[in-house]
Amino acid sequence: MTELRYLAPETLDEAVGAFAKAGSAARILAGGTDLLVQMRSGVLKPGVIVDIKKIPEMTAIEQTPDGGFRIGAAVSGMALAEHKTFGKVWPGVLEAVNLIGSKQVQGRASAGGNLCNGSPAGDSVPAMVAAGAAVTIQGPEGRREMKVEDVPAGPGRTHLKPGEILVSFKLPPRPAGSSDAYLRMIPRTEMDIAVVGCGVSLTMKDGTVTAARVGLGAVAPTVLLVEDAAKALIGSKLDDAALAKAAAACSAACRPIDDKRGTIAYRTRVAGVLLKRTAAIAAKRAQGK
Amino acid sequence: MAKVHVTTTINGEPMEFLCEPDDTMLDALRGPLALTGSKEGCASGDCGACSITLDDRLVCSCLMLAVESEGHEIGTIEGMAQGEKLHPLQQKFLEMAALQCGICTSGMLVASDALLKKNPDPTEEEVRFWLAGNLCRCTGYDKIVRAVMETAAEMRAQ
Repeated sequence: MTELRYLAPETLDEAVGAFAKAGSAARILAGGTDLLVQMRSGVLKPGVIVDIKKIPEMTAIEQTPDGGFRIGAAVSGMALAEHKTFGKVWPGVLEAVNLIGSKQVQGRASAGGNLCNGSPAGDSVPAMVAAGAAVTIQGPEGRREMKVEDVPAGPGRTHLKPGEILVSFKLPPRPAGSSDAYLRMIPRTEMDIAVVGCGVSLTMKDGTVTAARVGLGAVAPTVLLVEDAAKALIGSKLDDAALAKAAAACSAACRPIDDKRGTIAYRTRVAGVLLKRTAAIAAKRAQGK
Repeated sequence: MAKVHVTTTINGEPMEFLCEPDDTMLDALRGPLALTGSKEGCASGDCGACSITLDDRLVCSCLMLAVESEGHEIGTIEGMAQGEKLHPLQQKFLEMAALQCGICTSGMLVASDALLKKNPDPTEEEVRFWLAGNLCRCTGYDKIVRAVMETAAEMRAQ
């Protein structure tokens, strides 16, 4: 017999209070597309479920006065796709979020859940890392911010402290000539888990890269920020030598597993190939082509 | 254990039902609500046979809790026909034999309807990508995709 209790608080303070009080038996419900599968398969038997979707901040998409965005942790991929300007400013983040599952899953699944699920292969995470996104977290000891790349601790684990809830993502304002892209390698064209995922965000001036960030997924226990790859791109015109150097940096950063989707050698090689392809798309977008 | 009382709207009708806190929407539809058109294929969000709309957005009813429907609008396959008159998609699926065993059909129809409401003029590629979350063992998909394309063309012409 289940002893499950379902709570749907309308304020963040209530949610944090209930979540912290229930301790390790509690689970946060955003889109539920991971949680319900884990419950059904018997991996998880939560005592309390805290549904955060009645808290307005959790489901809001807001363009901040500085031109950045604040996205509630429970905003679904479909809601993000329907937003008028978000996809124009952050096309790579949007395409990453909209590679998560099917249209049905995108109707519910959120970037917040994707990050907190702690999968190294979560599609939105490398794109968020490349975007330089930060998250706002609220817990019993108040609010704090973390960079997205600092949130995952390993497969299925995060650096959130007990009782803390992920509230929103903050994406920085973008200088002119900026864009981003996300590509993943999967064995089929839809509905699969990334063998390698790569997010690249670029700022360009007169054909030269002035700023870059690279996020890499599914090649290590956590999603990686690959600073050496970004360094190889910055100052270049994305010529073959710079791209080769950045690709080598991506491959060097890989510490993947061998599994049915891809071997260590394959994932390591594909990471470099994807970097080149993703950077090319981001550059094209940044130059308005 | 105490059941939860839920007030919601299903296919435009106000509804109330009781459920366990961990019942899925699919459990509630097929159980107390006796709306058995939505099918359980995988119960893990992979097959799309249980597709419904939640406030006009396509979702898997196996991936939401029944209690989450409180105050929201649910649309199911039972709401597609107008009385005895089939929805154009349903009619076309019949005419073009876009089904065999039928398990996936209600999910295919609900998903296709959601697509055409959003995009009345989809390309074949868009239809195929949209329906990627609806699995079918029998048809090979071609007949389904053709039926959706043809319905879209006829609905645009009206």
